[in-house]
Amino acid sequence: MGHLTPTPALEPGQDKTMILNMGPQHPSTHGVLRLLLEIDGENIVRIMPDIGFLHTGIEKTCEAKFYQQVVPLTDRIDYLCPLTNNLCYVLAVEKLLGLEIPPKAQWLRVLLNEFTRINSHLVWLGTHAMDIGAMTVFLYCFREREDILRLFEAVSGQRMMTSYFRVGGVALEPPLDFFPRARDFAKRFPARVDEYENLLTGNPIWTMRTKGVARITAEDAIALGASGPTLRGSGIDFDLRRDMPYSGYENFKFKVPVGKDGDVFTRYMCRVAELRESIKIVAQALEGMPEGPIKANAPKVVLPDREKMKTEMEALIYHFKIITEGFAVPEGEVYQAVESPRGEMGYYIVSDGTAKPYRVHMRSACLANMQLLPKMCEGRLLADVVAAIGSIDIVLGEIDR
Amino acid sequence: MALTPAVTDLEQLKDHPALAPLLAWNKAAIEGVKFDRDEMTIYVGRDSIREASTLLRDNPNCPFNYLSDVTCVDWYPQEPRFEVIYHLLSISKKERVRLKVKLKSDATTLESVTGVWPSANYAEREVFDLFGIHFNGHPYLRRLLMPENWEGHPLRKDYPVEGYR
Repeated sequence: MGHLTPTPALEPGQDKTMILNMGPQHPSTHGVLRLLLEIDGENIVRIMPDIGFLHTGIEKTCEAKFYQQVVPLTDRIDYLCPLTNNLCYVLAVEKLLGLEIPPKAQWLRVLLNEFTRINSHLVWLGTHAMDIGAMTVFLYCFREREDILRLFEAVSGQRMMTSYFRVGGVALEPPLDFFPRARDFAKRFPARVDEYENLLTGNPIWTMRTKGVARITAEDAIALGASGPTLRGSGIDFDLRRDMPYSGYENFKFKVPVGKDGDVFTRYMCRVAELRESIKIVAQALEGMPEGPIKANAPKVVLPDREKMKTEMEALIYHFKIITEGFAVPEGEVYQAVESPRGEMGYYIVSDGTAKPYRVHMRSACLANMQLLPKMCEGRLLADVVAAIGSIDIVLGEIDR
Repeated sequence: MALTPAVTDLEQLKDHPALAPLLAWNKAAIEGVKFDRDEMTIYVGRDSIREASTLLRDNPNCPFNYLSDVTCVDWYPQEPRFEVIYHLLSISKKERVRLKVKLKSDATTLESVTGVWPSANYAEREVFDLFGIHFNGHPYLRRLLMPENWEGHPLRKDYPVEGYR
């Protein structure tokens, strides 16, 4: 407990405060987050997050692997939106290399990125509602999530840690029934979002537990580094997909939901609105999917198709060299940020000209968002901490790396 | 999107919204500049980082009011060994800039920018934890990711990938 200075000196006539450990193992902290709460009755006096329980040294491990070998590592950083991590990393490496990505690969990336956003927001909604007490929503959300996970399995073979995006494009052509199933899902989904809203938005218990709770002003949010729905809930209209577009997002029409009040209810409404916007982007992507190759034309970087590898000598040699020696990336550094479901996720990659990255740093949206917790919770009730943590939507894998 | 060579000439880049206020204030504080792959990097002197940060944050033309990240790169065994990197973003003007401060291995202390952008709090703690750079003026500089009693700074290049356990 060396994190808190000893209990402050008592004022005469004042009750003593208690230090409560909301330990790393807790159903409401969404991961191994330890919170040290100094409470006076039910009111929070001070809150100190303690993180590092999920630290696995991914940044160090990346320095020992080839650029293409880092892609599966990136899945596991923010494990609720694995494809977004993949996207950010491969965009950064492609920026370092100066690769031109074909339009079909870009549209596939946008389509799957938005599916991942829906996936992540469904987990957020289910677990946030369950923490506050509305347990039915959890199973409804996971019913939809099951469909999306099956779509991911169809396209990459894995439900969660897909590693589907590669440097230079995507790994494989999606199977023949992927697009019909995705279209079917896109038709069914908006009605499901109405179901969730039906259970929660007008619910007086929900509004009493979330309106006015864990408020944060716009200045505090910017100063403390918040991003994503946490920032937009306080009134700042900034979304990296629209304002600093990447991977073809400029071709899609979508609204960016912005709230005003900065409390838990506003952030909830922002994310539910984002669910609706994401499914619109999915529908646009499915409708306008271009034809063409799914990998860039860069034989020294992108693995050749297996058919070509088995029949052409040059393809075989390239395949061998890429797998055993990797591809050398020109010297330089790049910072690429994408809009993950939690905020601005960034990858800072430094290259020294070899086939292994010299330094990979992940800018975690949740680490910055967590700095808002003391501002949000101090002076409020203990039960509001749970609502606040749920509304920031933290994933410890991203915080600790 | 083919690669164009990096531009490192101060004269060519002096109108960039991040560089112009710094040049107007103190030309000597800027040790170098680089524009590569559409990204602007400014090398700032070690003693001027705090004033430079305040200037960039309060600049009316392009206020860099958002600190995305503070991180570090270890160039062992080259000297200067460490480079502390600040990624700034201007939300209203949608501009990014990267500030870099070079530190020698025997002088690994730097002023903290938590007074300018409070979001540097956790980021600087992480740099202290994993690289050993001490930030003067940080309100609570303790280890963040590693346990409290850990010895060594894991992301330095002379620390093995497998660790010591």
